[in-house]
Amino acid sequence: MPDMLRTLSVFLTKLITGVNPVWVDGVPRADRLRVYFANHGSHLDFATLWAALPREVRDKTRPVAARDYWGRSKFTRSVAGGLFNSLLIARSGITRQDNPIGQMADALRDGSSLILFPEGTRSADGVIGPFKPGIFHLAQKVPEAELVPVFLQNLNRILPKGHLLPIPIIGSVVFGPPLRLEPHEKKEDFLERARQAVLNLSSRTRA
Amino acid sequence: MNLSSPAAREFIVWIFGVLTAASATGYFLAKSAKSPAAKTTVKNLNARTNSWWLMTVILLGALAAGPGATGVVFALISFLALREFITATPTRPADHVSLFCSFFIVLPVQYWLVHAEWYGMFAIMIPVYAFVLLPVTAVLHGDAVNFLERAARIQWGLMVCVYFISHIPMLLHLPAGELPLGRQGLILFLVIVVQGSDVLQYVWGKLLGKHKIAPHLSPGKTVEGFTFGVLSASALGAALHWMMPCGVWQAFLISLLLCVFGFFGGLVMSAIKRDRGIKDWGTLIEGHGGMMDRIDSLCFSAPLFFHILRYFFRSY
Repeated sequence: MPDMLRTLSVFLTKLITGVNPVWVDGVPRADRLRVYFANHGSHLDFATLWAALPREVRDKTRPVAARDYWGRSKFTRSVAGGLFNSLLIARSGITRQDNPIGQMADALRDGSSLILFPEGTRSADGVIGPFKPGIFHLAQKVPEAELVPVFLQNLNRILPKGHLLPIPIIGSVVFGPPLRLEPHEKKEDFLERARQAVLNLSSRTRA
Repeated sequence: MNLSSPAAREFIVWIFGVLTAASATGYFLAKSAKSPAAKTTVKNLNARTNSWWLMTVILLGALAAGPGATGVVFALISFLALREFITATPTRPADHVSLFCSFFIVLPVQYWLVHAEWYGMFAIMIPVYAFVLLPVTAVLHGDAVNFLERAARIQWGLMVCVYFISHIPMLLHLPAGELPLGRQGLILFLVIVVQGSDVLQYVWGKLLGKHKIAPHLSPGKTVEGFTFGVLSASALGAALHWMMPCGVWQAFLISLLLCVFGFFGGLVMSAIKRDRGIKDWGTLIEGHGGMMDRIDSLCFSAPLFFHILRYFFRSY
């Protein structure tokens, strides 16, 4: 049953967003350990990026989502956990036992890839905001993971923040070449480089 | 359209004969093409021909299935074209409700008005009521940035993609006379002449084209392509006069008008693409680009054709 629901979610997501992914660096093999990080403007981002992955990659890829938002009711928990196999993390009140970086690193070491939105929240106006430092700490902790920038176009127009019903605009997903943390690279430099890598992909959309 | 009538059968044989000839020509051109540039051109030509097969089958199938199915097919064409149009034109989150209503209320209602044969409302719903009500939904959000541009873009999208295209199935609801292919023949006449004009302009342009006609807007279009394309498509229209409630010369002149309007339609839509920095509206139709790339000339000639028939041939 969850399998059918997942297939249905992929179909519906592709139908609504019209997405036909672009891989700048070629389609990845399923055995790569990857962290996909993208700009965030819509509830669709999650599902769209996930649906754009090839099936064998998708089955090993877990979205990282805010527990305070997606864990708030039984329904949202079952969508995030049951359907997408999300990793729910705390955005505040972080303790040694409840540490999102540690949880993400554990998931990567278990062989899952991750989907991450480093802005931390959805942008209301489509501008890509500054990145939160989590992705830097994760890159330090799991240096073998490839960090893949992803640009999501028009999804914030299909379903903007604060709206319930999508409109049929055509979206784009562009997967860029992977980044790695350089030796001795400073946190601010890396975060800005990662953000720029997402921005640079905006010229590679299909249209 | 009654497919079993002798006229319809003969017509269908002709249509598929032309497509077969086009495919055969493409096959031999592909064998003889040497330079990489020629190979690219022939490849695109053959992709276009293959898409023509599919589009012909869909249109003939819809016409044979009746006015309801024809309306649904053109509603879908409008939907896909509007989708490409809105995707390419920037809007803001405050336009969300207005856009939602455009796709899911205005578009279906327009095609329902076709089905209901409510001509008065069909003619004014988008130009008056959508014009008035859609900006209201946007203004309630209190976002004034580029307000006139945003409202104008949505209204333009609805006019070009929905209002103009809905005149094609409305041809089936014109007062009927006896025509060899029925009122479906009017749709076929319009589509064959206007799309034929596009194809013939392309072919003549490739064969003789020297002088660019609009280098800044549409670098592929040439004076030679335009002149010979429009004239030969008008001659084609004259040859198809038997489908129409008029004589040879009238059919020729109507076709000439349709082709010129269609040409300007293509040019206007090219100007919008240029401004937005895109080459094609989409990737939906192999070899042609998006839906809007295929129907731009039809958008501008369909209302004209409808009005010519409605006001000058009322008694047929």
